[in-house]
Amino acid sequence: MAVPILKQGPVLIASIQTALTDTDVLQLREDVMAQVTRHRSRGIIVDVTSLDIMDSFVSRSLRGIAHMTRLRGAETVIVGIQPEVAFAMVQLGMQFEDVQTALDLEEGLALLSTQLKEPLAGGG
Amino acid sequence: MEDEDRIAIDSDADVVTARQRARELAAGLDLSSTDQTLLATAISEVARNITHYATRGEVRLRIIRDRDGREGIEVVAQDKGPGIVDLELAMQDGYTTGGGLGLGLPGARRLVDEFEVQTAAGEGTTVKLIKWARAPLRPALRSHRV
Repeated sequence: MAVPILKQGPVLIASIQTALTDTDVLQLREDVMAQVTRHRSRGIIVDVTSLDIMDSFVSRSLRGIAHMTRLRGAETVIVGIQPEVAFAMVQLGMQFEDVQTALDLEEGLALLSTQLKEPLAGGG
Repeated sequence: MEDEDRIAIDSDADVVTARQRARELAAGLDLSSTDQTLLATAISEVARNITHYATRGEVRLRIIRDRDGREGIEVVAQDKGPGIVDLELAMQDGYTTGGGLGLGLPGARRLVDEFEVQTAAGEGTTVKLIKWARAPLRPALRSHRV
């Protein structure tokens, strides 16, 4: 199932709604890159609040999105990693240090707003 | 012997089904939300190994009990794929022949209580995982005022 991506000014918000198959994750990566290019976006938020697990494939793919978009001059923030999911990611051995994260969508927008030096709706 | 729940693993959607079914099973036991997540993540790793290396196989889930009556979930992920040539190497963090992160097997082992791999080159791989429900606190361990 495709992940909806909303455009809000210079920021794209990809809001994951249901459990993702590997195919869905790869599709999300392509869609984000295509939209970043089309809209000349400067920030991306991927909301993973509804994900009940983030295994090595999902984690690696999200990190890939963050790296690829950074090469395009856009910053990605992953928001809403659940406490149990964070626990499992650490046990699994995932390295996520080079990826920006925030508690929730609001905090993510606030973070991007500061970095882009531009006020964003919902952000600080 | 409890009823087994068998999930044929043939595509990446089956990987999602396997971990969701395990979570449903785990919710019926005294397994914390965190333990359910750890188990579901481990299943995702071993089931993906099936689709990735063997194309197809199956995941079997069942509730087990130890001698003290403690309940747990046993997961068997089995395929008739190429098998693992060097298991010791495959259990090391960062080792991969599949282009991933090499966290699948060693990572899954860290997420569960018991972990066992049987494999032989050309004969497939069977991974068994067990996650035990936490034993309830004994009343004697609780402090109380007199």
